[in-house]
Amino acid sequence: MQKIEAVIQPSKLDAVKDALIEIGIEGITILEARGHGRQKGHTEFYRGREYSVDLLPKVKLEIVTRDEMVEKTIQAIMTAARTGKIGDGKIFVSKIDEAIRIRNDERGEIAL
Amino acid sequence: MRCIVSCSASRVLLLLVVAMAGMGSLGREMVAQTTTPSTSASGSSADRLATLEKQMADNTAAVAAAQTSGDNAWMLVSAALVLMMSGPGLALFYGGLVRKKNILGTMMQTFAMMAVITVLWALVSYSLAFGDGNAFIGGLHNVFLRGVGLAPDVKYAATIPLQTFMVYQLMFAIITPALITGAFAERMKFSAMLVFMILWALFVYSPMAHMVWGKGGLLNAALSGRFPCLDFAGGTVVHVTSGVSALVTALYLGKRIGYPKVAMPPHSVVLSFIGACLLWVGWFGFNAGSALAAGTLATSAFVATHFGAAAAAIGWSAAEWLRQGKVSALGAISGAVAGLVGITPAAGFVTPMSALWIGLIVGVFCYFMVVKVKAIFGYDDSLDAFGVHGAGGTMGAILTGVFANSAINPIFGAGKATGLLEGNGHQMLNQLTGVAIAWVISIVGTLIILFVVDKVIGLRVNEESERIGLDLSQHGEEGYDWAS
Repeated sequence: MQKIEAVIQPSKLDAVKDALIEIGIEGITILEARGHGRQKGHTEFYRGREYSVDLLPKVKLEIVTRDEMVEKTIQAIMTAARTGKIGDGKIFVSKIDEAIRIRNDERGEIAL
Repeated sequence: MRCIVSCSASRVLLLLVVAMAGMGSLGREMVAQTTTPSTSASGSSADRLATLEKQMADNTAAVAAAQTSGDNAWMLVSAALVLMMSGPGLALFYGGLVRKKNILGTMMQTFAMMAVITVLWALVSYSLAFGDGNAFIGGLHNVFLRGVGLAPDVKYAATIPLQTFMVYQLMFAIITPALITGAFAERMKFSAMLVFMILWALFVYSPMAHMVWGKGGLLNAALSGRFPCLDFAGGTVVHVTSGVSALVTALYLGKRIGYPKVAMPPHSVVLSFIGACLLWVGWFGFNAGSALAAGTLATSAFVATHFGAAAAAIGWSAAEWLRQGKVSALGAISGAVAGLVGITPAAGFVTPMSALWIGLIVGVFCYFMVVKVKAIFGYDDSLDAFGVHGAGGTMGAILTGVFANSAINPIFGAGKATGLLEGNGHQMLNQLTGVAIAWVISIVGTLIILFVVDKVIGLRVNEESERIGLDLSQHGEEGYDWAS
């Protein structure tokens, strides 16, 4: 089991979700997030006062899936979320030791 | 000023209708007489005269009743509209401009005025503002609303119950201190705020309202005051007093912790947007209602109000567009509010075209006060109560002296020049006198009250309370609960 965490542009969420459903990913968790990588922030004006906003709105997806699905999932996210500009986001992959379904105590891949 | 002139046109119309109705019934009477010639000649003419006299008296009473119900309907609606400007209008406008942790504290400051000033008004401050008194303040004849009944007071408004007048004026007394809260947002103790506002209503608002609108007031233009200052709906009484007092409170309390280094952007321009639009609508009650009747003057004030707001929204937005390259929603609504402030003293005196000029000038002027002047001096007038209300009210009061027109409102007598452009340059002096008195009473009164309240209670919340926000520290609740 591996966990795929992807930080993407909020406007790409629907496209990514559709792509994931298409390849058969069933479980997904989405968080509204703020952050930045190499992408610079922007400035906002309120009654003439300038505010520089460097934490930008992002969406973070978390997917835990079987090992053989990992590369497919990564490809689906990349294809759907890419615009080619700075700020498209990042994907992180890590190992997962255990998964437990709270309802019935199922463990391992069957709990996914 | 609150004028009675407006009713004249509708009154003429009503008289015509009554005259025609009277003739009609007279005709019927005559027909009846000719078809039933039973009574003696002398008795019948005396009877007929008595009938006619009664008919005339009935008609006169019917006209008065019709006018009263028309005027009273509008004035009750206007009073409700002005209350809507405070809550939810101003509460949303200010609430959106503060940080999340202060939204309830900010809204409560306005809402508290709706309750506290109302009770104060009933007990004593109506009497101080509108009771018989000297040139500066009313007496105590009307405390506990004694003598404030359902009959009109012809000096104030001849066609509506005095209680309607009283409750309408109350709504102005509520929103005026509420406007000040924008200057000391996010840092004043709720308890200190309440005491400050009660004293301010008694010692700043009441005398100013009396001078401009009260019987025998020094500046009353409608009732032959010593310096007749034109202030239709409260440019000096409401906006200069609240705006200047706001600046004094901002300077006295000092800046919020971290200002201006820490970014404190509005947490929801959306809420402010809704609030500003409610203010715009409510302002029709504020300005057109100040005709104190539903006649032509109310229409004139209504039109001027709307045009002033629109032109100022454009003026502020244009200035922003030129300087920043973008028009912001906050800028557009701030401009509209500034225009409404600016047109307030002028509403019942100027033509629609003049209203456009006033709005445009005030919109651009307030933009520079808020964006440039505040930055130069560095005071933390947190939500720009001074930049919009103090500056806009002052400019509006001066421009009223420029644009006031006797064709709209012959307040100094038919055909007598009213404003500067009509040739009455002297009026500018009266306007400046009114403005100067409003500035002085606001600065002196507010400083003394702040000093007293600071010594007795302390004005500011402590540092920790300010950091966690007024919602939790002052009210023990939160505007936004993330877990529900």
